[in-house]
Amino acid sequence: MATTDTAERPAKKLSASATKRVLPGFGLSLGISLFFISLVLLLPISGLFIRAAGMGWEEFWFVITDPRVVASYKVTALAALAASLFNCVFGLLLAWVLVRYEFPGKRLLDAIMDLPFALPTAVAGITLATLFAESGWYGQYLAELGVEVAFTPVGIVVAMAFTSVPFVVRTVQPVLEELAPEDEEAAMSLGASDLTVFRKILFPMLWPAVVTGGALSFARSLGEYGAVIFIAGNSPYVSEVISLMIFVRLEEYDFPAASAIAAVVMTVSLLLLLAINVWQGRYLKRLHGG
Amino acid sequence: MPNSSFSGSKARKGLWFSALALAFSLSGPATAQERELLNSSYDIARELFAEYNVLFQEYWKEKTGQSVNIQQSHAGSSKQARAILQGLDADVVTYNQVTDVNILAERGNLIPEDWASRLPNNSSPYYSTMAFLVREGNPKNIQNWDDLVREDVELIMPNPKTSGNGRYTYLAALGYAQDRFGDDQEKIDAFLSDLLGPVKVFDSGGRGATTTFVERGLGDVLLTFESEVNNIPELNPDKNFQVVVPKVSFLAEFPVTWIDKNIEKKGTEDVAQAYLKHLYSEEAQRLLASFNYRVHNETVKKEVAEKFPELKLMPIQDIAGSWENAMETHFASGGKLDQLQRRR
Repeated sequence: MATTDTAERPAKKLSASATKRVLPGFGLSLGISLFFISLVLLLPISGLFIRAAGMGWEEFWFVITDPRVVASYKVTALAALAASLFNCVFGLLLAWVLVRYEFPGKRLLDAIMDLPFALPTAVAGITLATLFAESGWYGQYLAELGVEVAFTPVGIVVAMAFTSVPFVVRTVQPVLEELAPEDEEAAMSLGASDLTVFRKILFPMLWPAVVTGGALSFARSLGEYGAVIFIAGNSPYVSEVISLMIFVRLEEYDFPAASAIAAVVMTVSLLLLLAINVWQGRYLKRLHGG
Repeated sequence: MPNSSFSGSKARKGLWFSALALAFSLSGPATAQERELLNSSYDIARELFAEYNVLFQEYWKEKTGQSVNIQQSHAGSSKQARAILQGLDADVVTYNQVTDVNILAERGNLIPEDWASRLPNNSSPYYSTMAFLVREGNPKNIQNWDDLVREDVELIMPNPKTSGNGRYTYLAALGYAQDRFGDDQEKIDAFLSDLLGPVKVFDSGGRGATTTFVERGLGDVLLTFESEVNNIPELNPDKNFQVVVPKVSFLAEFPVTWIDKNIEKKGTEDVAQAYLKHLYSEEAQRLLASFNYRVHNETVKKEVAEKFPELKLMPIQDIAGSWENAMETHFASGGKLDQLQRRR
């Protein structure tokens, strides 16, 4: 015990001083980062909260618990959940294909992956609505099966899934790239079935990345407006999303109410991302035997 | 919409350049002066003002010898009004909602409260009303508001919560119901609730509703501005849509005014006021009529009488007392509209 202790200490010291020498200007770069974050993120966010706070607790509560707004929380949260669950599965599959296989057009597929981020969301929304409407390419066949997508809550899920699938792909991809196939091969040579390899070797390593990607996708979906609005139908209590309720308050020149609802969404997103980060840190520590 | 914010920022940029240009031109000889105007307008007026600006530039050049550089900014008019409240120094506004001009007086103190009396016809050089567009041959035989509440009729209209277009349709239906049921509030409410309840798609704006009806083939009737309703068959001659103008509808004014605070600061009083007054000239009214708006000029009115059937046009005062009252009792959170749209 004692020997390992003494052996470890100088090594630690060395690595600490080494990083300092390799990357100078820690103070300066952290300062710039904090300044920038304050300027573009924290300041507007606190502005939002201050505006919402200006209305008094009772009124704030009244605004954020309006039955129609509450219905929109439910619609949005459920749709975002469904979309991000779908993305976790589908995104993992896409990342797997992109990392583990060689095929013609792989680079192209890799590039296309980011398209939902590059495309203006309104364009995505209008395109999806056109495709899934009863007269559209997909919609006409779905209609025969009795499935309605456009202008129903299902349409919201489709739009959310489309705009946020790159989050999962892009968080899982690098982790998958670092996984050595040797582990799987070893397991297989020891007689593990495909399922066992996935369950015992791959899944524990990929799980945190998938969850992070899913959480990002969920948070993004909560706030999605452009893509959703064109396919949702926007029926009161049925297919209205939170961002529409915020927009409605803005249209009424009711800025405090808009800020109040926005503050609710942001707090939820923030808490969720924070929780995921903490959980992931712990999980990885346990996984790597820290 | 991204497009509109883009054009907004472009207009801003243009303004910076023009401010620079103005600084230079002031330091130089004052003869070949170029005047600047920024017109903050509603979403679907791009083509209209692109053509009107040419008219006005020629008129102003002839009158004063100055050329005018007119910047346009287009988006939903509530969004536009917000931008002005937040400091966009537009010289004139040309909107499709009276409330969005009122807010400039109430919140920003940028114009006097009585702005509407500064120009003829409530400062509304042109107007429109709410009408119906139906599919080829009018298969559901839609003639008036009654037909819209029948169970076999599916409506498409923009969201009254997010668009003036939708609010006008609501008020038009309310006006009709008042006309028909008199003081019977219960029947009026039932009629409105029957009308709004089955609406399948509430697009956030008027153009979105048009797309839903025309491109996606949803619904039997599209409710929107008469100007838009007339526009659609012209753009889609192959679909043989038919225009139905009801017997009673809402008088939809298109208010214009100059922003006193901004034009004083920029010294554009003369050109800004002339820009709006010229909208009442015969040539401008003819242009407006060609965009399917109803106009006031008697000569032009006679020329286009065929296009605009007679109907009973109800102003906001007859339906809800005033705009202020309409917004408060009908459209504000928890108002009549919210109650009618309650889950049933």
